This record gives sequence, C-alpha cells and structure tokens, in this order.
Amino acid sequence: MSAVPETLKFANEHGLHADDHGGGHHDEHQDTGGNTLFGFWLYLMTDCILFASVFATYAVLYMNTDGGVSGKDIFDLNFVLVETAALLVSSITYGFAFLYAHKQQKAGTLLWLLVTMALGCVFIAMEVYEFHHLIVEGHNPDGSAFLSSFFALVGMHGLHVTAGLIWMLVMVLEVLKRGLGAQTVTRLGCLSLFWHFLDIVWVCLFTVVYLLGAM
Amino acid sequence: MSHSAETTSHGSVKSYLVGFVLSVILTGIPFWMVMSGHFGKSVLFYSVVSFALVQIVVHLKYFLHLNFSVKGRMDTFAFLFTALIIVMVVGLSIWIIYSANAMMM
Amino acid sequence: MSLLGNLSLDAIPYHEPIIMVTLAVIGVIGLAVVGLITKYQKWGVLWHNWLTSVDHKRLGIMYIILALIMLIRGFSDAIMMRTQLALATNGAQGYLPPEHYDQIFTAHGIIMIIFMAMPFMIGLMNIVLPLQIGARDVAFPFMNNLSFWLAAAGAVLINISLGLGEFAKTGWLAYPPLSEMSFSPGVGVDYYIWALQISGIGTLLTGVNFLATVFKMRAPGMKLMQMPIFTWACTWANILIVASFPILTAVLGLLTLDRYLDFHFFTNDGGGNAMMYINLFWAWGHPEVYILVLPAFGIFSEVISTFTGKRLFGYTSMVWASGAISILGFVVWLHHFFTMGSSADVNAFFGVMTMIIAIPTGVKLFNWLFTMYRGRLRITVPVLWTLGFMVTFSIGGMTGVLLAVPGADYVLHNSLFLVAHFHNTIIGGAVFGYMAGFAFWFPKATGFHLNERLGKYSFWCWQIGFYVAFMPLYVLGFLGMTRRLNHTNNPDWNIWLYIAAVGALIIFVGIILQFVQLYVSIRDREQNPDVDGDPWNGHTLEWSTASPPQFYNFAVLPKVHDIDAFTDMKEKGIEYQAPDEYMPIHMPRNTAAGMQIAGAAGIVGFALIWHIWWLAIVGTLGMVVALIARCYAKDVDYYVEPQEVAEIERAHLASVATVKEEAL
Repeated sequence: MSAVPETLKFANEHGLHADDHGGGHHDEHQDTGGNTLFGFWLYLMTDCILFASVFATYAVLYMNTDGGVSGKDIFDLNFVLVETAALLVSSITYGFAFLYAHKQQKAGTLLWLLVTMALGCVFIAMEVYEFHHLIVEGHNPDGSAFLSSFFALVGMHGLHVTAGLIWMLVMVLEVLKRGLGAQTVTRLGCLSLFWHFLDIVWVCLFTVVYLLGAM
Repeated sequence: MSHSAETTSHGSVKSYLVGFVLSVILTGIPFWMVMSGHFGKSVLFYSVVSFALVQIVVHLKYFLHLNFSVKGRMDTFAFLFTALIIVMVVGLSIWIIYSANAMMM
Repeated sequence: MSLLGNLSLDAIPYHEPIIMVTLAVIGVIGLAVVGLITKYQKWGVLWHNWLTSVDHKRLGIMYIILALIMLIRGFSDAIMMRTQLALATNGAQGYLPPEHYDQIFTAHGIIMIIFMAMPFMIGLMNIVLPLQIGARDVAFPFMNNLSFWLAAAGAVLINISLGLGEFAKTGWLAYPPLSEMSFSPGVGVDYYIWALQISGIGTLLTGVNFLATVFKMRAPGMKLMQMPIFTWACTWANILIVASFPILTAVLGLLTLDRYLDFHFFTNDGGGNAMMYINLFWAWGHPEVYILVLPAFGIFSEVISTFTGKRLFGYTSMVWASGAISILGFVVWLHHFFTMGSSADVNAFFGVMTMIIAIPTGVKLFNWLFTMYRGRLRITVPVLWTLGFMVTFSIGGMTGVLLAVPGADYVLHNSLFLVAHFHNTIIGGAVFGYMAGFAFWFPKATGFHLNERLGKYSFWCWQIGFYVAFMPLYVLGFLGMTRRLNHTNNPDWNIWLYIAAVGALIIFVGIILQFVQLYVSIRDREQNPDVDGDPWNGHTLEWSTASPPQFYNFAVLPKVHDIDAFTDMKEKGIEYQAPDEYMPIHMPRNTAAGMQIAGAAGIVGFALIWHIWWLAIVGTLGMVVALIARCYAKDVDYYVEPQEVAEIERAHLASVATVKEEAL
C-alpha cells in the first residue's frame, strides 16, 4: 500500500541493537521487571479461577460415587501429611534460594534451588505412587464421577508442580550459564510466585479433598 | 536499578521462617483434629475450613508478600477481586446444583 | 493402529456437493491470493512487516482481517440457514440434510462469537488502546503476537473441519450428554473443543497483556480516572476476560477428559452431572457477552462525544456503570438455564440480578443522550451506527428483561424469541459498535478515509435488514417455533420465515457494500488521505499521532492533565510542539516465535482431534522448545536513533502545517 509511509515499512532495518547501547538510556518504560511480575501475577489469578472451577466441580460431584468407593475409603492421611510436609518445606527453601539470588550469591541460589527441586520431586513421586496404588486397587478415574473429579483436581495440581519443576531446572541452567542478571532475578521472582501459589492451592486441596473427605 | 525498588517485596529470612512456622502449626492442627477422631462432624468442618482460610492469608502475607503499600497494592486488589469472583462462581454453582439435586429427591 | 490415527481419505465429504463447491472456491481464491502475492513480490513484506510483527497497530489490523474473513464464513452459514428454513416449509425437506444443517448452526454460533466478534473487538482494542493511553506498545509485545496466532490457529482448525471430517452437531454450546462420546462419536466435538481451547488461551493472554498495559504503562500524569472511556470499557472487558476465560478452559478440559479418557464428569452414567457443564459454561458465557459489548459501548461514547464536539456527559458514571455491569455479569448466568428446574429461590435470585443489570445500562444510554443534547451532531458513518445501536439495542435490552422473568422464560426458552433477543443485542450492540469503531479509526490505522457514501448505504442495509430479519423471529417465538429446527410444517409460520429470509438478504447486500466500500476506498486512497492524523477533531491521544501512527507511537511520551488529553493540548495551543531534542526509543524486534508456538499448538489440536498420538507429543515438545528458545533469544530489541525520530517527526509536523494553512 503506497499510503503507508516508508518509515513504517520495516522497523527492523532501523536502529541498532539494544545491547550496543548498554544501560545508559533512560526510557520511560524501562521498568519491564515490574511489568513482568505484575503480568505474571495476573496470570496466576487466572490460574486461581481455573482451579476454582475444578474445585466447584469436585464439590458438586464428590458424593456421586456410583456405588463405588468414597473419599473415606481410599484416603490415607498419614501419607498426605508427608506430601504436605515436603511441599511446605520446599516453599521455605525456595524462599532461601530467592533471597540468595537477590544478594547475587550464585552458589547459595543454586544449592537451595536444587534442594527445592528434590523436595518437589518427592512430592510428585508420592503423588504418582498414590495414583498408581489407587488404579492397581481398581479405583480408576473412569470408575465414578467422584474418582474422575478427584483425579482431575489432584492431578491438575500435580501437573502444575511438574511444570514448576521443569521451569526450575531451566532456571538452574540459566543461573549456571548467565549468572544472576536483572532478567534472571525477575524470572526467579515469577517462579517464586508460581511455587508459593501452588502451595496455597495445596492447602485448599488437602483441606477440601483429603481432610473433609476423610472426616 | 530494579533491585532497590524491590527490596520490600521479596521478604527476609525472618519473614520466611515466621510464615513457615505458622503454616506448620496451621497444617498440623487440622490434620491432628481429623486423625484423632475426637471431634464431631460440624466442629471439624468449621475448624478445618477456618484453619485453611487463615493459612491462605499467612501464605499470601509471608510467602507471596501481598501488602497494601503503594507499589504492591495493585497485586493485592487483583487478588481480592479474584477471590470475590471465586466466591461468587463456586458459591453460586454449589447453590445451583445442590438446589437442583434437592428438587430431584 | 494407523500412523494417522483415525484420519483417512474417507474423512473428506465427497458426497456433499455444497461443501465440495465451497472447498473448490476457497482453493481458487487461496491460489489467486498466493499468485498475486508472488506476482507483486510481497512475500518478504508480508513476512517481515506483518506476520512476524509485534507492533500492536499491525496486529490489530491482522485481527480485523481475520474477523472479516470469518464474517464471510459465518454469514454464509447464516444465509444458508435462512434459505433452508424458507424453503423447507409445509413439510418440505429443503436442500440441507439435518446432519449438515446441525453443523452449520453450530459453526455459525462459534464462528460469529469466537472468531468474528472477538477478533474484531481485540483488533480495535489493539489499534487504539495503547495510543489512547500514550504508550509505545503493549506491556508484552511478543505475547500480543502469540495471542493473535493462537486465535488464528483456532480459526484454521475450525475451517479444516469443513473439508476434513465434520464439525460438531451439538449447537454452539456443546451441551453434554449430547457432546459426550456415546452420542457424538465423530470428530466434530473434538474440532469444537480444540478450536475453542486454543483461541481461548490466546484471548486469556490478551486480557493479561492489556491489563498490565493499562495499569503499568499509562503516559506520565494520566490517572486511572483520566483514561479515555474506550480504554476504560476495554479494561473492564479485559478484567472479565481474565476472570471468565479460565472457567471455559476448565470446562472444556473436563469435557475433553470425558471424551478422551472416559471420565464421568458430565456423562449420564457413572454419577456424572451434565448440568455442571451447563452451569460452568454459562459462568463463562454470560461474562463473554459483556466482553463483547462493553468495548462497543466505549466506542459509542468516543463517537458521540467526538462528533458532537462535546465532552462526554457523565464520564465517571460511565466508568462505574461498566464496572457494575462487569461485576453483576458474574451473578446472572443461571438465566440461560432457568428451565433446568433449580429451586424457586435460585431462579428468583438470578432473575432479579438480571433485571438489575438494566440499570447501569440505562445510565449509559442516558449519558449518550445527554452528550448529544445541545450538541451539533455531525451525521457521519460512525454516528449512524451509533444512532442505529441506541434504538436497536434498547429493544434487545427490553426483550432481555422479559426473558429474565423466570415464568416468561419457561415459555420462551429455546424458542426463536431467544434467538431474536440475542441477535438483537449482539448485532445491535456489539457488531454495530465494531462497525462504528471500524469507520471511526480506519483513517487512523491506514492513513486514508473510507468512502462515506458506500458506508452509509451499507449501514442502512444492515439497519433495515436487521429489523426485517429478526423481528419476525420474535413473532415466531411467540408462535411456538423452537430454535435449531431443520424443516417445519406449520402454515402459520411460513410468512414470517419468508420475511426473515428477505431480511438476511438485505443484510447480505449490506455486507457486500462494506467490502465494496473497502475496495473502493483502498483504490482511491490517494484522493482521500488523512494528512494531519486528526480527521474528526478528536479528543484523545491517538489523534495526536500521524495516520498511520509512527511505529514508535510517540516520539516523546505526552504529559496528560485531562480525560480529553488531546483537546486539552489544543486548548492550550501545545498540540503539535516539537521538543528540544529527541531521545533514543527502545523497541522490540519482530519475531517468528509466536507463529512457531501457535503453529505447534494448532498441530497438537489437529493431532488430538484425529487421535494421532505421536504427532500430539511431537507438537507439544515443539511448543515447549519454541517457548524456551524464545526466552533465551538474544536479539529481541533495539533502539531507534534520535536523528531518525527527528526526521519522522519533522515530516509529520510539516504535513500538519500544510493542513492548517489550507484551513486558513
């Protein structure tokens, strides 16, 4: 279209790469770390509502056992308590990693990230064991509406934790290779929000599903 | 550049420890209440739910650092709005379906 | 187990002449477009300047092109339904067999809501919102590009269903148990699920992106209660997107588990409860209609205040009315299924809440009337759409209040009265708004005007056609005709069905005139340029830029002291001042990563529809790898040098000066 001025046609040809300039320029919109954290927080709010929808489904369907097992028959609270402990401790260890990142101490950051990952893996392994155990016993997700919603709700949290672990692995590599630049710390901040948010979801989960279910 | 602005929003060892201890207590009590079997159903229901709500607030304050400072206010408002939507969607959904179930009894 | 899952050549509907002809036409047009691009050697321009662009203005234009293409598809469905119903009276079968007809009304609903109205709204928001708040771009430009491509991937999937397999035959709501595997074993519902899911995630990201933009990137001095009214309307819509689209994601995910892994959320057996799907679907679906209509309200506010040359009456009440509509929009959804038979308390609560929504909407209408009062309204195309809206939407709103009475709803539920009602609000409210916005901001986005005369013709065809097409449906609803009928055998209905078909044809002429208008305007663009960037004597910051705007939007971020920031500058005589010096401008680079990620998502969707498991795994890995690669891409931004900015700004100020001289 000839009405489009030449200047609009190919923005990329113009100007130099940002790195060539260093941090000398003052741009009014330079606070991208703050934007990223706020945007990620908004995403977490959407995730909250996603979980809330599935919680509502669970609340509506948990009594529909179709003559099969109910929560009381299959939940083992001792087991859940250990899972909960792993996740709670991983929360504070991530906090330590994040504090070290802010102090620009690479070794401390990496150590605590790895501890957090180990605890996260314990949690996931226990959950996989629980699911496997239930399925072996014949309590499949296709058994009843209760089992469907139980597996979906707990599984969705588990998938989130797994995604968090993969993300953490990527961050460990990033810290190793690139150190603790502003962007890396911002990303660790997003992961911090994600990880602690999953804790809150777990609090709702063990309360609504396990504690109230085993009552 | 951004570090100085964020010192208030990432907590300290002390705040993480306080949060952790509180959450251990708030997790431990409801588990003990349910597992001991000493309590009636309605007592259990209300106390377990209350402990969970308090624990959520503790996590928000000590781990997610929500606050009402000028810088952190927007995050807190976003959360409060989300909480309102969740209460409405979950609460009304349960009311709707339970009422419909009751009509079919 | 075949390498291609359930996919085979039998999936192509050879036996359906209508579909095969359509495919042939699409093929010919597609080849012609490819040929023309090749002939004029525009592939490079297309790729570098458009498809990989992270510029919100270009993404906005691409969203609107997507919306217009899907409008053609969706309207074809509409005209087929109306002609079928006009032909299939007195027991005649018409030309569309039920299994095809069912796909058509399902596709029509999904396409018009998700792939026409949403991209149109998001497109206008993309073009205008960052300019209105004096920002250089959105908070996350790359994510904006990704959102567009996710929407496009969903649109591609829904169009593939035309020639490969089938589309859902369930109605656009895909209510279970009909949409469960036991009653819909084909791929239709799977196309529905994945097209909606992928584009829905794109919309969700858009909502997050634009909220971060308005809360974090406003021009210096602009308080929240100084944001232009269209920006505010979009902000409420984005809040609704962020709050409601996750519910859609969840409910589609649960239906997916039912269909793919034999779960029992909504099935008849195993203790499932189909009403929970319907409940959650509408907990998204009702806010969704406000997502569509609130930005349209914002457009009307801008148009009315601009063309009366007055400040908007009741800005603050307008903002809070939108807020009230947004919150109340979350406590009314049961009115879509009063007839499920929940308790009287439940029905009464939702009925009353629904009626209450009429109050803030009424506030808005009076604000527009008071804005016009004692103003001198210039009757332009955007104003015509606005006036048409005010009358048409009021009728739609009133029939809505009628339907909000549970007792009345028991009579009218699922009748053509309902169909007439929601077309009355969505066409008369949202679509008229987008048309007004299209005509209003077209010169800003492109740098030349739309042909005024053809625009007016088109408006009148739409306006008259709308009444002729939909008023008969109210009557038919009262006469007892339910929706989604394939053929009828009731002589009392015939005349109204014939009239409705004529109405659809009149709208058809209106749509053709719009495309003719677009063609003529592009052809005559040299004669109708928008030279100074302020064709309507606008109030807000987007009119202070050139048309089309400089790629960096603002050389110097404007200082804002007023709701009508540009009017404020004009009154102070500082609207076109060059600063003493220009600073380098930080800009994001274009990227193909959005296309890669969304393309992989589309492949995953396609693979899951046809149960090609290996491809689904490959596609998922592709998505993750492309995302991580993007996170570690190095060459993602650059600076525009001050000399270059100065040149561009000098040219803009010079053209402004020539217009001013001519005016003297």
